[in-house]
Amino acid sequence: MNPTRKRRLAIVISVVAAAIVAVGLTVFALQRNMSYLFTPSQVQEGQATQYKSFRLGGMVKAGSIQRATSTLRVSFIVIDADGAMPVEYTGILPDLFRDNQSVIATGRMDGARFIASEVLAKHDENYMPKELKDAMAKAHQNKKIDDTAMKDTPK
Amino acid sequence: MIPELGQFALVLALLLAIAQGVLPIVGAWRNNAALIAVARPAAAGQGVFVFAAMAILIYAFLTYDFSVAYVADNSNLALPWYYRVTAVWGAHEGSMLLWVFILNVWSVALAAFSRHLPPAFLARVLGVLGLIGVGFLAFILFTSNPFLRELPMPADGGDLNPVLQDPGMTFHPPVLYMGYVGFSVAFAFSIAALLGGGMEQAWVRWARPWTNVAWAFLTLGIVAGSWWAYAELGWGGWWFWDPVENASFMPWLVGVALIHAQAVTEKRGSLPAWTILLSLFAFSLSLLGTFLVRSGVLTSVHAFASDPRRGLYILAFLVIVIGGSLLLYAIRAPKVATGKPFAPLSRETGVMVANLLFTTAAAMVLLGTLFPLIGDALNLGRVSVGPPYFGFLFVLLMAPAVLLLPFGPYLRWGRAEGSQLTTMALRAGIAAIICAIVAAFFAQGHLRAIAGIGGAVWVAAGTLSYVIKRWREMPRGRRYPAEMAGMLLAHTGVAIFLIGVMLSESLSVERDVRLEPGQTESVGGYDFRFDGVEETTGPNWRADEGIVTILREGKTLATMHPQKRTYSRGQVQTESAIDAGLFRDIYVALGEPMEATNVQGAWALRLYHKPFVRWIWLGGLFMMAGGFVAAAERRFRAKRAPAVEPATTTKVTPPVKESLA
Repeated sequence: MNPTRKRRLAIVISVVAAAIVAVGLTVFALQRNMSYLFTPSQVQEGQATQYKSFRLGGMVKAGSIQRATSTLRVSFIVIDADGAMPVEYTGILPDLFRDNQSVIATGRMDGARFIASEVLAKHDENYMPKELKDAMAKAHQNKKIDDTAMKDTPK
Repeated sequence: MIPELGQFALVLALLLAIAQGVLPIVGAWRNNAALIAVARPAAAGQGVFVFAAMAILIYAFLTYDFSVAYVADNSNLALPWYYRVTAVWGAHEGSMLLWVFILNVWSVALAAFSRHLPPAFLARVLGVLGLIGVGFLAFILFTSNPFLRELPMPADGGDLNPVLQDPGMTFHPPVLYMGYVGFSVAFAFSIAALLGGGMEQAWVRWARPWTNVAWAFLTLGIVAGSWWAYAELGWGGWWFWDPVENASFMPWLVGVALIHAQAVTEKRGSLPAWTILLSLFAFSLSLLGTFLVRSGVLTSVHAFASDPRRGLYILAFLVIVIGGSLLLYAIRAPKVATGKPFAPLSRETGVMVANLLFTTAAAMVLLGTLFPLIGDALNLGRVSVGPPYFGFLFVLLMAPAVLLLPFGPYLRWGRAEGSQLTTMALRAGIAAIICAIVAAFFAQGHLRAIAGIGGAVWVAAGTLSYVIKRWREMPRGRRYPAEMAGMLLAHTGVAIFLIGVMLSESLSVERDVRLEPGQTESVGGYDFRFDGVEETTGPNWRADEGIVTILREGKTLATMHPQKRTYSRGQVQTESAIDAGLFRDIYVALGEPMEATNVQGAWALRLYHKPFVRWIWLGGLFMMAGGFVAAAERRFRAKRAPAVEPATTTKVTPPVKESLA
């Protein structure tokens, strides 16, 4: 091989090698940090069993918020159309967290309870995260439940 | 009546934008001087009407004109005047108007300050900006008109989202948009160069100051946004890898690559095709950013406005702009772009490697941001990608960039010599290792803090040694031309930023605690005494205001007043209290009362001690200053001169002096 070809070959090989490393690392990072969203009924159907950590989305059941008096532990129940899941969280909840608000909690299952490490509430009065709406609509699909209660009112 | 005038002004602006977009480009193509001469006045005219529309919308907010639906939705009688002004861009319609407004600021500035450009070339540049203006003005008029009336007129309006009622929000969006939209100028220059078919070799030189200024504004905008998130969102974080943040960060990353690639192309004539491609990418990502934030396709913590119908329009616009410009690139680039070769060890190679790292980082952020959409399309379920993905890959990609950074100025154009590089590496390396060892004694076991100190000293020492070298070797007045001073400032900013990130990330102490009035909690060597809660009111809110006294070894340092505000429309908003310092911030936020009925009892409090957190933004400000200073380079304003000169007298690294060293 002449020098020009040699140099080209070296460049091509290094580009291919760099691309393989980049793709490998990206896939690795993606796999470790992908996080799925499930509603309580989907979790109870066992859809989430294969994931160690996932996100739980639904509404906070009215009157279910209970605080411990001496620590920052809070427990509440997240519901969708026909599922309910007790959630436990230690820390300060977001400003918009209250009864009947949609929330997304990140965490893992501990027996029948969901231990949240992070809780996000919807960001303004009329807004429900699209993915949560879709997930809940999907959970409702078979049940013929009136969806109007779920709709957010666009401005 | 007056809001109708605003709408009328927008219609006239659209007509002028069409004239500005079509006639000069045809003129430049047909070589028709009369049509070419349309460019400048048309840009000025469009500017006048868009400025008028903006002024009218601001006026409508200031005069409580609730018959305008947008005003009624986003302001009310209790909102103070300065937040009524910022409410103009607090939601979708107004921020689109802000986009066009800033596009016109750039066009008018370009028309005013580019008299030295060849008329045909300037006509093409302004023509492209006109076409972008057409796209956005039509978008505003047909899908999101801020002047729509609402009848009957409500007695009082809604409210501006309380998180936006913050001083940081008054200037964050305009500044960010100055950056976003500023890349349209670099884009227009590239398209003009492609259309002109390489007639004007000097176009990169003319584009450089504009790109640098746009990038500097974008830097400032991101810094302001990060600081606002830190102060206002009440979590004490400064970056969340949230889709909206990523939307502004991607053009920034490509912008970093672009301003360096432009320097190579301007000075050496190398990599012209790459420079053009990068400016297409930078602007496309800016548009995509607008699309991501404004269409609601992605779930974001702060996607304020969501309406998928508009997304369709922006998507089509995006396809036309990106597809069209890439098509033009494919057809014309081989003609325009014939790059000069360079040796493997040269500044060109250095810039190219850094360019690859930054564009890969942008691609990585893009993949992570769009992954929920990809997952949806491939039926993977509702997936999102967590911050650790970005954190892991970003650090991996930026570590080599930091490692290579001090070599940059030492690399000579064309072909570099190894000996100087080794000397610099030895000096900076030794300094970095010594400082890292010293740091190891203070930051027990915090590897990231030690690595941060080492990396920052490596960059700072390398940059400083180049400053000294220039001082010794160059005659007075030629030591630090603006372009070089800007580079040195920005690189110093990287060192400062590194210290801020690594130290605050590893040494911060964050604690959520339950405190009774009178109780004390110790965090990071400071005692936080909770002295109870008082009630207070503002123009459109009432709040529980906590009193927290900070003590160190028994001495009172500060009294802090974090608030839990309830706005007139019932929204709850946490106002954190920050005792700022160059070397540490103390951050207190109120959670909620432990018993909802008893606000005089115990509260949940968030207490943070954050060392060096200000250095993050300080570093960003240095980078911004670097961009502005570099743009002031006298050479950029020179009359027409050949773009590709041999490396001669006024260049950054004069070969004669270097070989003497």
